[in-house]
Amino acid sequence: MPAVTVEQVEARVIETLASFGPDADQITRSSTFEELDIDSLDLVELAQVVEDEYGVVLKGEDMKELRTVGDATDMIVSRAE
Amino acid sequence: MKRRVVVTGLGAVTPLGVGAAPLHERWAEGKSGIADRAGACRDFDPGEFLSVKEVRRLDRFAQFALVAAGEAIAQAGWGEGPPYDSMRIGCVIATGIGGQATVEAQLDVLRERGPRMVSPLGIPQYMPNAAAAAVSMKYHLQGQTFGVVSACSGGAHALGCALRMIQYGDADAAVVGGSEATLTPFAFACFDRMEALSPTGISRPFDLRRDGFVMGEGSGVLVLEEASAAQARGATILGELAGYGSTADAYHLTAPAPDGRPAARAIELALNDAGLTPEGVDYVNAHGTSTQLNDAAETRALKVALGEERARRIPVSSTKSAIGHLLGAAGAVEAVATIETLRTRVIPPTLGYEVPDPELDLDYVPGEARPLLPSNGGPPAAISNSFAFGGHNVTLVIKGPPV
Repeated sequence: MPAVTVEQVEARVIETLASFGPDADQITRSSTFEELDIDSLDLVELAQVVEDEYGVVLKGEDMKELRTVGDATDMIVSRAE
Repeated sequence: MKRRVVVTGLGAVTPLGVGAAPLHERWAEGKSGIADRAGACRDFDPGEFLSVKEVRRLDRFAQFALVAAGEAIAQAGWGEGPPYDSMRIGCVIATGIGGQATVEAQLDVLRERGPRMVSPLGIPQYMPNAAAAAVSMKYHLQGQTFGVVSACSGGAHALGCALRMIQYGDADAAVVGGSEATLTPFAFACFDRMEALSPTGISRPFDLRRDGFVMGEGSGVLVLEEASAAQARGATILGELAGYGSTADAYHLTAPAPDGRPAARAIELALNDAGLTPEGVDYVNAHGTSTQLNDAAETRALKVALGEERARRIPVSSTKSAIGHLLGAAGAVEAVATIETLRTRVIPPTLGYEVPDPELDLDYVPGEARPLLPSNGGPPAAISNSFAFGGHNVTLVIKGPPV
């Protein structure tokens, strides 16, 4: 698998979250899912994109610990390595 | 004495456009929303009315309902929030089938990409109560909330449920209707194989040449309020939901009982509920699907329930002649059209009705719209019929606004 960078993953996460409702320019690394109105169903969809693109399987338990866009990005990058 | 229930808001998304007024106006002008064998809501752009999140999370049938509910709630003057305890406002939205397009799309995902890629939104989008849930959440309605499923009677059953809820005192108001979006390849194939759909793509109820229904999509939603509470808050009363009757044929999976007797009983029950006699009925908004069997059985039912003489003198027209058959939305959309008919006193015609069937001898309002002439000095009254696969019969009695 090609190496993934934090920047690439973060951009993909933000793009995906933006398609769920919030404006892309509102979303930063420190944005919380709560303030973006991203709920558990959205996170499952995010996990599907991540699994499809990076081969990283995120389960419900993994997602529970994620609060921010940065948390999600870091977890994906660490598992993809 | 029963609590009375008035209508204070109307909303519709139909093949004739977005809005309750355009539905009645365009139908009365003789315009049809049917093209290419379907009554599609071609002009409907959900992004015009709903947020990105709402559009993503809702199947088209729930999107229609949310937009129609928004119109009805705004008309009722609930824009600043409902004027009642939210726990005493019900929400009942029917559908015949639910999120059919979602099911078809997610089955493709399942087969092409495997179960892990199926959307977590699949069930919440598909579930037949999704429209009721969406309307309840958006407008914070916390009374009895559920979907109603009875195929093509669903919309009318929903109104009946909400009427009883308010009559009985379980709620002071309700947002109620029906919604459907089944113009999908699977639904077309199924109805086609039953030979229920018109091969010519023409909806002409009661006409000798009628050859099946034309499938449509859309939603109708009404705001109902207990009459004295609505009056006390100075609401504009658009009409009254005065009666409800419902029976079952227990006869055949898809064909109506040919003698029309169970359907006639539903009409009689609704009239009794409203305290009305056949002499007080000024208009019939027919189920009128444009199938051979329905239109014949419905004509018989009207004669049995109203008496042949009286039945022949009441104008009968079918909204399905202009928009096709909206299945689980039909009863609600037709209730909206009926209220507009009583309120404006303009009876839209049965479009496409040109060649009378010698067996069907009521006044089906051929040609053009005509004035509604009330039989007495009070508000005019109408009945609206809905009959379904499965043999479910519903009649609503609807009165116009106070004179």
